[in-house]
Amino acid sequence: MAYSDKVIDHYSNPRNVGSFTKDTPGLGTGLVGAPECGDVMKLQIKVNLDTGVIEDAKFKTFGCGSAIASSSLATEWIKGKKLDEAGQLSNSQIATELNLPPVKIHCSVLAEDAIKSAILDYKKKREARQALTSDVDPRAAAAMDASASK
Amino acid sequence: MAVKFPIFMDSNSTTPVDPRVLEAMIPYFTEKFGHPGSRNHSFGWEAEGGMERAREQLARLIGARDPKELVWTSGGTEADNLAIKGIVEMYREKGNHIVTTVTEQRAVLDPCRRLEKQGLAQVTYLPVDAMGVVDPDALRKAITDKTILVSIMLANNEIGTIQAIQELSKVAKERGVLFHTDATEAVGKIPVDVEKMGIDLLSCTAHKIYGPKGIGALFVRRRNPRVRLAPMIDGGGHERGARSGTVPVALAVGFGRAAEICREVMTEEAARLSQMRDRLQDRILSSVDESYLNGHPERRLPHTLNISFAYVEGESILMGLNKEVALSSGSACTSSTLEPSYVIQALGVGADLAHSSIRYGLHRFTTQEEVDFVGDRTIEVVKKLREMSPLYELAKEGVDLKSIQWKAE
Repeated sequence: MAYSDKVIDHYSNPRNVGSFTKDTPGLGTGLVGAPECGDVMKLQIKVNLDTGVIEDAKFKTFGCGSAIASSSLATEWIKGKKLDEAGQLSNSQIATELNLPPVKIHCSVLAEDAIKSAILDYKKKREARQALTSDVDPRAAAAMDASASK
Repeated sequence: MAVKFPIFMDSNSTTPVDPRVLEAMIPYFTEKFGHPGSRNHSFGWEAEGGMERAREQLARLIGARDPKELVWTSGGTEADNLAIKGIVEMYREKGNHIVTTVTEQRAVLDPCRRLEKQGLAQVTYLPVDAMGVVDPDALRKAITDKTILVSIMLANNEIGTIQAIQELSKVAKERGVLFHTDATEAVGKIPVDVEKMGIDLLSCTAHKIYGPKGIGALFVRRRNPRVRLAPMIDGGGHERGARSGTVPVALAVGFGRAAEICREVMTEEAARLSQMRDRLQDRILSSVDESYLNGHPERRLPHTLNISFAYVEGESILMGLNKEVALSSGSACTSSTLEPSYVIQALGVGADLAHSSIRYGLHRFTTQEEVDFVGDRTIEVVKKLREMSPLYELAKEGVDLKSIQWKAE
C-alpha cells in the first residue's frame, strides 16, 4: 500500500511527540485503543484554566504509520483551540487531510476518540477540583453568616 | 562493495530469477515454442524433451525415483489444492477426515475450510508449540478410522520452523494414511527426499527457488503406495490426466534449471545464508531490548529470520525502512485484513507481539553489507518508534500493560 505524502511527512517528522509531567496544571489525558488491536494512542492536552484554550498538546502512538500521522495531525489541529472547538473535530476531517485509504479509517477514528477522551479527562479533573472548592464554600459562607449576625 | 538500493530481503514471498535460469528458458519462448503434446513434428518433440528434462531435474532435487511422479501445476497453491481436493474426492469411500496444522499456508487451510463448508470433509487442525513444532503424538491421537490425509508443511514460510517430517509421516503410515507436505518454502533450501521422508504428496513452486512465477509441481507417489488423485482441471488429459492444460514449457524448463542449480549449490548456499542470518539475528537481538525470535532457533530454514519487537507495531517499522529495504511484517496489517499473523499467534505470543513481527528473507544474491545495513537501520527505526510508543513508556514506568483496561474500538 502506498502512503500519501502527508502520512509520510507526519510519520517521518511527527509533531508534538512526548508526554507532560503528571503535575502539569490543566492536564487532560486520553489513552485509547488496545495493544491486541495493533493501535494505542495517548493524547494529552494542556488547558489554560482561565480561558479554556488548549495551549499545548502531545501524543505517543503505538500503531501503523497512519495511526502515528493521525495523532500527530490531531495535536497540531487542537493546539490553540477552545475545548468545545477541539471536541468537534471529526475523524473524517483527519482522514480527508491525510488521504487515508478505507482500511486505515479506523486510525482517524481512534485519533478523534483520543481527543474526546483527553477533553473528558480534563473536565472530570476540573469538576473534581471544583467539588473540592465548593466543599470549602459552605464553611466560608457560614463564617460570613456568623460575622453578619454579630 | 557499495550497497544498492532498494535492498530485497523478502525472499519468503518470492525470489529473483537466476540469470542462468532465464538463459535456459529463452529458447523455449522463441525457437523451441512447440506444444509438448504435439507428437507428429519436431517442434513438439523438442518442447517435450525440454519439459521432460526439467521433470528429471526436479525429481532429482526432491529424491523422487520416477520423474513421472511429478505433475506440473500453475504454482504451489494449485499443487496444494490438487493434493487436498483430489485426495478427498478420490478416497471418499474410505473416509473424509483430514489432519493438518494451524500454521499451514492459506493454500492448505482454505481448501480444507471449503471442503468442511461443503460437507465433504472433516478437518482437525493440530496446534504447534511455542517454536512452531508439531508434536507427532498429537498427530497420532488425531488420526481416526476416517482419516484419509495428513497435510503438514515441511517448513514454515513466516518463521522458518522445520517439522520432523520423517516422524510425522511414519505416524501417518502406521495408520495407512496418505501424507502430504507443502514444501514450497523448503525445497531447494534444505535437503528434501520424498523416499527417506516418507512423503506421498509434495507441493513445490519455482519462484521461491530463483525460477519463474507461474509454475509449480505436485509430487504424487506411484509406488508404495500408489496414490490416486481426482483431477481438478479437466480437458485434454495432459500430465497423465492429473492436470489438463498446455504445460508452459519455458516455465517448466526454468523450474528444472532452477532445481538443478539449487542441488549443486545448496550446501554452500545454506551455510552462507545461515551465517549471515545468524549475524543479523545477533546484531538485532543484542541491541534491542525485548526483541524476541519467532520460530525454532535451530530447526529453521537457513534464510529466514522472524523477530517481534515489543511495544512497536510491525507496519510502522516497515514504513521506516521501506525506502531502502523490502521486508515483510508477519502482521497482515499491510494487507486488507487488519488481523495480526495467525502463524505468530499460534506460537502463543500475545496479539500485541504478533502485531510487532518482522520477517527477514535472505537469498542467493544477499550480501554481507546489505545484511549489516538492514540490521542497523532496523535498530534505529525501532528505537525511534519506541520513543513514540505509549506502551514502551508505560512499561518503563513499571506498569503492567495487562493490568490496564483497554478501550478497544
